Amino acid sequence: MADVKPRIKLDKKDVAKGGVIEVKTLVSHTMESGQRKDKDGKTIPRKILNTFTCDLNGKMIFSANMEGAVSANPYFQFKIKPAESGTLTFTWTDDDGSKIQATEQIKVS
Amino acid sequence: MPSVPLRVALAAAVILASAVAPQAQDGAERPAWQGHGIKPQSPDSPFDQVVSGLYFRSKETQAMQADDFNNPGFLAVEQGEELWSKLDGAAGKSCASCHNEAAASMKGVAAAYPKWNEKLGKPVNLEQRIDLCRKGAMKAEPWAFGSPELTAMTTYLRNQSRGMPVAVKVDGPMTPWFERGKALYYQRNGQLDLACASCHQSNHGKYLRADFLSQGQSNGFPVYRLRDQRLVPLHERMEGCMQDVRATPFKPLSDEFIALETYVAWRGLGLPVETPAVRN
Repeated sequence: MADVKPRIKLDKKDVAKGGVIEVKTLVSHTMESGQRKDKDGKTIPRKILNTFTCDLNGKMIFSANMEGAVSANPYFQFKIKPAESGTLTFTWTDDDGSKIQATEQIKVS
Repeated sequence: MPSVPLRVALAAAVILASAVAPQAQDGAERPAWQGHGIKPQSPDSPFDQVVSGLYFRSKETQAMQADDFNNPGFLAVEQGEELWSKLDGAAGKSCASCHNEAAASMKGVAAAYPKWNEKLGKPVNLEQRIDLCRKGAMKAEPWAFGSPELTAMTTYLRNQSRGMPVAVKVDGPMTPWFERGKALYYQRNGQLDLACASCHQSNHGKYLRADFLSQGQSNGFPVYRLRDQRLVPLHERMEGCMQDVRATPFKPLSDEFIALETYVAWRGLGLPVETPAVRN
């Protein structure tokens, strides 16, 4: 899943202290629920992104746990109130342990 | 046994209530598709107004399509964009080697498909055209119908015509294909004995069980179907319809479906290309 490029959109990248940034993320993933069967009647093993986190300079500021009922290509929209300038790191963790990552720079003045 | 008639009466009341309640709810939730149409370009069109499937879907689905970030179909557009310049095949070429920037060279191209192919002596649709290039100029393996690559490339190319009117040509050598498609459209099929027209012409704007019937327009294809959570090409959707009426579907990319695709595109002449559209 190394070639997955998540889509990330911040409504602004430069805010005054105490300001709010709206974050939208969309990532491509099949989110195989583990409930479906293939043509031969065998269960297709579960393979989903189970965790999503957003860190600011290495400190987690938002996270979500996903379960089998979350549909493919999960979309998150949330608001953050960043305390300092720096790097936002977005991480999606797959059931197989692999990670999809993306970063964005923000400025708090 | 006085309790029996009472129980029957109660049951009848319950049935009556459940029959009335959903109807009231339907009325409130029915999408307002009227007034979103365009005037048919051809006097032979069966419609008073030609309406995109978009307006037969819920407000939420419409909003998801309207926001390019939120629209998951754009994941395929991005994948197609990457494939456009990816070298493949024995000739060491990519699509971009011949066609340069898709934004310029492919603008409006896909809106005119299916299109007559002089060499083959038959019309080809976009998927077939892509694979002709792969087999021919690129000397690469053709992509299978339904593969993520072929659907992504189809979506990417259709997206270059987004907002432009569907402009398929049905005259000249296309005439017999148009006529064949028309015959197929009105031909009843399967155990349920339904033709395309039974739902999409005579009954659009009404409920078929839980589904709100559209005019069956193809201007948004390939569409991101929320049911499948991926992009679905037109021939797969047509297969689905045929399965629903319990018929044996034609094969994707078969002459039957190419004829039908041609005819269905004609029914939507002038509608803006919406690819990637979002549907349920």
